[in-house]
Amino acid sequence: MSWEVVIGLEIHAQLATKSKIFSAASTAYGAEPNTQACLVDLGYPGVLPVLNKEVVHMAAMFGLAVNATVAPRSVFARKNYFYPDLPKGYQISQYELPIVEHGELFITDADGNEKRIGITRAHLEEDAGKSIHEGLDKSSGIDLNRAGTPLLEIVSEPDIRSAKEAVAYMRKIHTIVRYLGISDGNMQEGSFRCDANVSVRPQGQEAFGTRAEIKNLNSFRFVEKAINFEIERQIDLIEDGGEVVQETRLYDADKDETRSMRSKEEANDYRYFPDPDLLPVEISEAYIEAVRKELPELPDAKQQRFVAQYDVRKDDAAILTASRPVADYFEAAVAKTGAGAQLVANWVVGDLSGALNKDGLEIGDSRVSADELAGLLTRVHDNTISGKIAKQVFEAMWAGDGSADEVIEAKGLRQITDSSAIEAAVDKVIAANPGQVAEYRSGKDKLMGFFVGQVMKETRGQANPGQVNQILKAKLDG
Amino acid sequence: MSLDKDQVRQIAKLARLELSEDEYAESVEKLSKIVDFVDHLSAADTSGVMPMAHPLNVAQRLRADVVTEQNDRDRFQENAPAVANGLYLVPKVIE
Amino acid sequence: MTGLHAKTLTELKAGLDGGEFSSVELTQSLLDRIAAHDDQLNALITVTGDEALAAAERADDARAAGAGGVLNGLPIIHKDIFCTRGIKTTCGSRMLDNFISPYDATIVERLAAAGAVVLGKANMDEFAMGSSNETSYFGPVRNPWDRERSPGGSSGGSAAAVAARFSPAATATDTGGSIRQPAALTGTLGIKPTYGRVSRYGMIAFASSLDQAGVITRSAEDAARLLGVMAGFDERDSTCLDVPVPDYVAELGQSIKGLKVGVVRQHFDAGLDADCGARVKEAIAVIESLGATAVEVDMPNIDYSVPTYYVVAPAECSSNLSRFDGVRFGHRAGNVEDLFDLYCRSRGEGFGDEVKRRIMTGTYVLSAGYYDAYYLKAQQVRHLIADDFKRAFEKVDVIAGPTAPTPAFRLGDKVDDPITMYLNDIYTIGANLGGFPALSVPCGFVNDLPVGLHLVGHHFAESTLLRCAHAYEQATDWLAACPEGFA
Repeated sequence: MSWEVVIGLEIHAQLATKSKIFSAASTAYGAEPNTQACLVDLGYPGVLPVLNKEVVHMAAMFGLAVNATVAPRSVFARKNYFYPDLPKGYQISQYELPIVEHGELFITDADGNEKRIGITRAHLEEDAGKSIHEGLDKSSGIDLNRAGTPLLEIVSEPDIRSAKEAVAYMRKIHTIVRYLGISDGNMQEGSFRCDANVSVRPQGQEAFGTRAEIKNLNSFRFVEKAINFEIERQIDLIEDGGEVVQETRLYDADKDETRSMRSKEEANDYRYFPDPDLLPVEISEAYIEAVRKELPELPDAKQQRFVAQYDVRKDDAAILTASRPVADYFEAAVAKTGAGAQLVANWVVGDLSGALNKDGLEIGDSRVSADELAGLLTRVHDNTISGKIAKQVFEAMWAGDGSADEVIEAKGLRQITDSSAIEAAVDKVIAANPGQVAEYRSGKDKLMGFFVGQVMKETRGQANPGQVNQILKAKLDG
Repeated sequence: MSLDKDQVRQIAKLARLELSEDEYAESVEKLSKIVDFVDHLSAADTSGVMPMAHPLNVAQRLRADVVTEQNDRDRFQENAPAVANGLYLVPKVIE
Repeated sequence: MTGLHAKTLTELKAGLDGGEFSSVELTQSLLDRIAAHDDQLNALITVTGDEALAAAERADDARAAGAGGVLNGLPIIHKDIFCTRGIKTTCGSRMLDNFISPYDATIVERLAAAGAVVLGKANMDEFAMGSSNETSYFGPVRNPWDRERSPGGSSGGSAAAVAARFSPAATATDTGGSIRQPAALTGTLGIKPTYGRVSRYGMIAFASSLDQAGVITRSAEDAARLLGVMAGFDERDSTCLDVPVPDYVAELGQSIKGLKVGVVRQHFDAGLDADCGARVKEAIAVIESLGATAVEVDMPNIDYSVPTYYVVAPAECSSNLSRFDGVRFGHRAGNVEDLFDLYCRSRGEGFGDEVKRRIMTGTYVLSAGYYDAYYLKAQQVRHLIADDFKRAFEKVDVIAGPTAPTPAFRLGDKVDDPITMYLNDIYTIGANLGGFPALSVPCGFVNDLPVGLHLVGHHFAESTLLRCAHAYEQATDWLAACPEGFA
């Protein structure tokens, strides 16, 4: 039997506010335990929540960015359950009336076609604290610094059909929230994580299969692996005559498998009801229009513009616009050089990305600035150096040896364009390799590469490759 | 009796309340009376009536995104039954 | 100094201002009185003698320096539901028997800033859940008018302390009648302001959409003075409204000529003790004689108020009280097996029967399969009841009626039957459901026990209520009556 996979994702993006969603305590990461947990975060008797203005603003930005409805009226509700990292015994979230509904975004599917993924809703809620199990005999320790950190939970429609699509969707959301500046998207610190609802059904069947929810996936790689494992598990189970149970599962990265988390699942009855301490959030048309005006150019629009305006390849444009700082770097470099946008794109996507990856740096911390890269490519463009030498110059620049011109000067890498100098080198190579010359002349054209290599070697790579080719050909064929 | 003992056990478990056997018996009786009493509401005609969660019809006020709280952990933890290294302690939670 | 306890807050203010006595003398005399008499009443859980005398001394110094707030040096007792920094705040529960609040409630802060001197913390029904003060972990409060009887609840300690002249005023809270019913049963005046008029920050929540802080005093003028300090916007409470606070004292003197007083037909049916009904009708006649007009109003949904309340309030309380889990503060059971055991036993031991009952009722009405039939239905009926009031206020300025169906009942009489106990609040609950301000003012006696007249006004019409009560007080002298043994 052939199976169809149905996936929906719930992404939790931590919003990049200074203070918490309902209190004036700091959201900074990594503080000593419980030093950023004020009375409101601790759920002390008598304290009350007051909503942070910025979280509403950020949610509205997100809603508009994914073409969704920003609700004129949304309501906070309490989700009641007992857990030590949940100080009040309830989480303040949104249930029936979320702040964002009916959005969408587009990904590229396996066949290279554009595919729409619906966004059911995005709602605001508070994060829980953290339980620490290591190093405490018979006890768990509770750190409530993270309690009350604002989250935007983004819920997709079950429109996703493979682990790869799930990753593409999650990457797209990641790009959008970072473009908007509403989340740092830092997955190691848990500020961007997701739960995946996975089910399978026989190809052609309309009704959904029973789904399992995989909790707390905090890397793109884990999302893909966990979903693929889960798909296999479910298909094997059904084909062996079993049934999928609706449950929460946890992905174990070390074993690359998902396993049931029954303990947390037992008798869940969250008893949602409107939080009486908070009033309905009302958002006016005028406010929405003001937010719309301040939205930055979004990745899809930027990608289209890059293709139209700079005539770069579509796949390069996609990579360049996947992150706003990369796109900004690219545009800054293009503006500073006449070398052509595609050459700049090749370098940003190629050598620069490679160097950043190797050193584990973000583009904002690049050792070669956009201006400096533009300086280098200008020298390629005006034939001062060849593309090959440019790589050598770039490495020196990355190592901190100065600007492109300084490196070229200091190392004497200027390209040889003087025909007589190249002719001399060509003559020397021909004289030194009579055997190969004879073979070439008897029809072994492929040896041209050998001669070019020898001439470049003779000129320490500095001869203009075009001229070398031309002169060699003239002398050998003549 | 509109509630039976199993229901009361389930409710007590959801609410994390330990009750003695006597308390269970009493709870079944008294909770049933209360539930029967509030069942009178079913007689009210509420078709088309909006549920009312707040007595006043006003919107949520918003707070500026400013950090004003300082670390006061030691004082806040004076009320805590068990702490170590700044952490609140609970019996080991196995996930 | 002797005899100071007999004076109202307003009289004491005049005495302090006129230099007749100091705040230290006044404070000491009341502390002595509490020490001598409270073993009969059990009105206070904590007496803050040292702090009170230090505050009184600061008030006297401020006065000498020509400074000090509008309540400078005047005594007050706080219901033990308000968080008081550095002082035990129990909410009448074993759960918080060891709880020292690290912060002050907004109203505690405001009253202190105005110069008030806190004598202690008043006993109350556990977590404000009760109408007789019998659910307190610290034992029942006794009614100064008859020590075999209840002072009402949940603010029974506040009401008894004021009736017994331990303090001219006490703060209190009201979720379904917890200020007004004890005021009626102890012959004091109690006002519950409009929902959102006074900050709830630092007041331990029972049912957040119904709870409101107020005061119990021995005159409308005293209540006006205190309310003026307590009311007003607080950025720490999202439900506290930014509406200007009028000068309640200045507005007291205005005449009530032309005031329209609504009388609800349903309030005088079978549930009301006939003698109490007679006292209330006489009171309405007095108010009419002062120039007001009585008009009958119909509130078709008012009979649903008690069942509505007993869905909404427990639902909210079941969630509000989840934070008491033995982890960060409060009672924690010993020798627990695991986390589940820690929760169940800490809460099982820390909460009393009535609190557990309400938590369970609330858990039930919010649980899957019952939410629509109970919680949602109650929210809809709540809307109908609020609309009944709004319709009435199109025709009248205040609604007058009985505060409680009977005078003070005997301790132990109703404690075994929750429904009978709940019906004590039948006349007061509507104001909480709709968020309307309401007060109870003494209007005579039945068998030597005080009876209260209940007045409800439209949102933010506290001034009208106080003015009406003030005019009524001027025409009668019920408030001057003092229980035997406490003169």
